Amino acid sequence: MPRMSADANHRIRFKLNGRMVEADAEPRMLLTDFLRYNLAMTGTHVGCEHGVCGACTIEIDGVPARACLTLAVQADGADIRTIEGLAPAPGRLSVLQEAFRRHHALQCGFCTAGILLSLECYLRDNPSPDEATLRDYLGGHLCRCTGYVTIIAAALDAAERLRDANKDA
Amino acid sequence: MKPARFDYLRAGTLAEAHATLAAEGEDARVLAGGQSLVPMLSMRMARPKVLIDIMHLPQLAKIESDVNTIHIGAGVRQAKLLAWPEIHERQPLLAAALPWVGHAQTRSRGTICGSVAHADPSAEIPLVLLALKGAIHLSSRQKQRRVSAIDFFTGMMSTARNDDELIEAVEAPCRAPGHGYAFREFGRRHGDFAIVACAAVAHADGVRLAIGGVADCPAVRDYPDLTGTALDDALDEFAWELDARDDLHATESFRRNLVRQLGRAAIEEARRCRA
Ligand code: FES
Ligand code: FES
Repeated sequence: MPRMSADANHRIRFKLNGRMVEADAEPRMLLTDFLRYNLAMTGTHVGCEHGVCGACTIEIDGVPARACLTLAVQADGADIRTIEGLAPAPGRLSVLQEAFRRHHALQCGFCTAGILLSLECYLRDNPSPDEATLRDYLGGHLCRCTGYVTIIAAALDAAERLRDANKDA
Repeated sequence: MKPARFDYLRAGTLAEAHATLAAEGEDARVLAGGQSLVPMLSMRMARPKVLIDIMHLPQLAKIESDVNTIHIGAGVRQAKLLAWPEIHERQPLLAAALPWVGHAQTRSRGTICGSVAHADPSAEIPLVLLALKGAIHLSSRQKQRRVSAIDFFTGMMSTARNDDELIEAVEAPCRAPGHGYAFREFGRRHGDFAIVACAAVAHADGVRLAIGGVADCPAVRDYPDLTGTALDDALDEFAWELDARDDLHATESFRRNLVRQLGRAAIEEARRCRA
């Protein structure tokens, strides 16, 4: 790949929620801004913009990652999932999203997209988490509304339902 | 907070990365996982003219180990080393410290060598390399060199790396027979920057203790086999030598006290692990 000049726009392509997307960006553009402004995918939120709050967390190549600590050019060729890709169909929520609703695990919702993406990745690799490890894992996210208790309850509930669903399958 | 403009080069070969570093010197920065560099760019504390992305060089993404040492390439992410099945057996101190490096959501992208290059005074990986007498492998277009950890970290976010060099790998010794290892850290919230972090290595002749988070770069002392008040005195002296400062997160006397308490706890645990 040739050197991309600072002042020019460059075509960036990646897979987003299962579909190839493309748009132009300068090398300095953060992935958060690329998603929100260039691709109009505003479900990914931006809080601190320096990696502390977790609001912008998305999935890049199968692992949770801060979109605000990633340049759009770095994401070229990657496989990305954002909050827009979680619900299985319009009008239907994922098991984890449904659990968040049941447990009132969100109030303003600012932190929620990031936490959902993080937990989706975590529960896929750790189907039987305990409360202590979940708390530790969620240390990578700030929520100023809920006090976290309901988020942990929702995650444990979702984990159990996902286990049951896999047993039946 | 948006970064200032820079060119971006996704290096296709190591030679290409070296050539750009040689041509641009301090105006070039190596980009690996970006977990330290991207915030520096956003805050405009770093304003390079070009970023050299080295994450598409497969030869750098390797963990290699023999009975004596582990080599961790510049492309190895922190999560990958933590998930390496042999890590606990090969080097328990690295295994103990890695869960303290950032959060799971940043370890997934951040690299071992990137943390070493950034050299934050409270960073865990530089601290552990210092405690273990590890080394940093640097390369440029001209030559390769190996710098021991003690010579590499020279101050607050400053290292012995020359402008035309990149960190190709870091090297840590494997667990040695009769050695015990322990890691302790205190922060406001798990995953936040350490207020004080310590790494201890106990062996037949005594103990080696490294402290991070207090001075401009991690510091290390070797002690003979001290116990009781002699150990308290040694830790107290170390705590005073570290030039602690007050900041938003902790007062200097709180930091000194953490050095005494955590230092002792780490040393005792390392000794227990020898047995
Ligand atoms: S906006 Fe990315 S971590 Fe806060
Ligand atoms: S629901 Fe408001 S910040 Fe978490």
